[in-house]
Amino acid sequence: MVQYSAARLDASFAALSDATRRGVLEALGRGEASITELANQFQMTLTGMKKHVAVLEEAGLVTSEKIGRVRTCRLVTSGLEEEAAWIERYRQRWALRFEALDEIVEDLKQREHQNVGKE
Amino acid sequence: MSAKNETVVTRKSDRELVVTRLFNGPARIVFEAWSKPELFQRWWVPKTLGVPLRACEMDVRTGGGYRLEFGLDAANAMAFYGKYTEVTPHSKIVWTNEEGGEISVTTVTFEDRGGQTLLTLSELYPSKEACDEAIQGSAAGLPGQFEQLDALLVELVA
Repeated sequence: MVQYSAARLDASFAALSDATRRGVLEALGRGEASITELANQFQMTLTGMKKHVAVLEEAGLVTSEKIGRVRTCRLVTSGLEEEAAWIERYRQRWALRFEALDEIVEDLKQREHQNVGKE
Repeated sequence: MSAKNETVVTRKSDRELVVTRLFNGPARIVFEAWSKPELFQRWWVPKTLGVPLRACEMDVRTGGGYRLEFGLDAANAMAFYGKYTEVTPHSKIVWTNEEGGEISVTTVTFEDRGGQTLLTLSELYPSKEACDEAIQGSAAGLPGQFEQLDALLVELVA
């Protein structure tokens, strides 16, 4: 069974708990952007945006690189894989059960049809 | 034979997980598969899981109780038990899970959708920690941000 790092998940879920940071992730999903561009887009000070980006970097969801005087941010494409896997495990448990239930529902349906036929 | 229907999981709040799934049969049939022990034990523990259901007692009516025992042998068996607090034939079953000390509540509803059934299962835990633990086991203490995460995953992963 896959082991998940508690600290890692804490950091990423905390990062996602803020509307601006979710907005930044969505913006970066459309393409890379500089801190200045992000600050303008979210009508925020440069310092404020730097803090948000730092939280996203800490969570491993975003990377940034300083080229000349501009700091460019990018989405880490594998950043949410672990969280997705976390939900996926629970979903699979139910999907497995429900697939077995499908067979029984099908079985009961056929029996019902047969009974109707006999009457 | 129609394609498999999708099982969808959302975290509704810190304490609540919701699973939805469509079934290709009317609600009275899906309800029957949930409420008759001889049918229930054929699907609740899929064979691929490898752990058999050793005992399955279910008295599916309001005020009734259940006890499920899993395990490869009697010495390593694990019991799950609780009460049915609300049973409305073909539309709703609510039961408690009392084996953990703290009580969690599971609600299943069956909605007819023109020959199909929309099943909604919600697990409400006594605390956020219990909810986290239920799905995760080891890493407790996660903030409940699953709804946002779900929305994001749709955008970012798809």
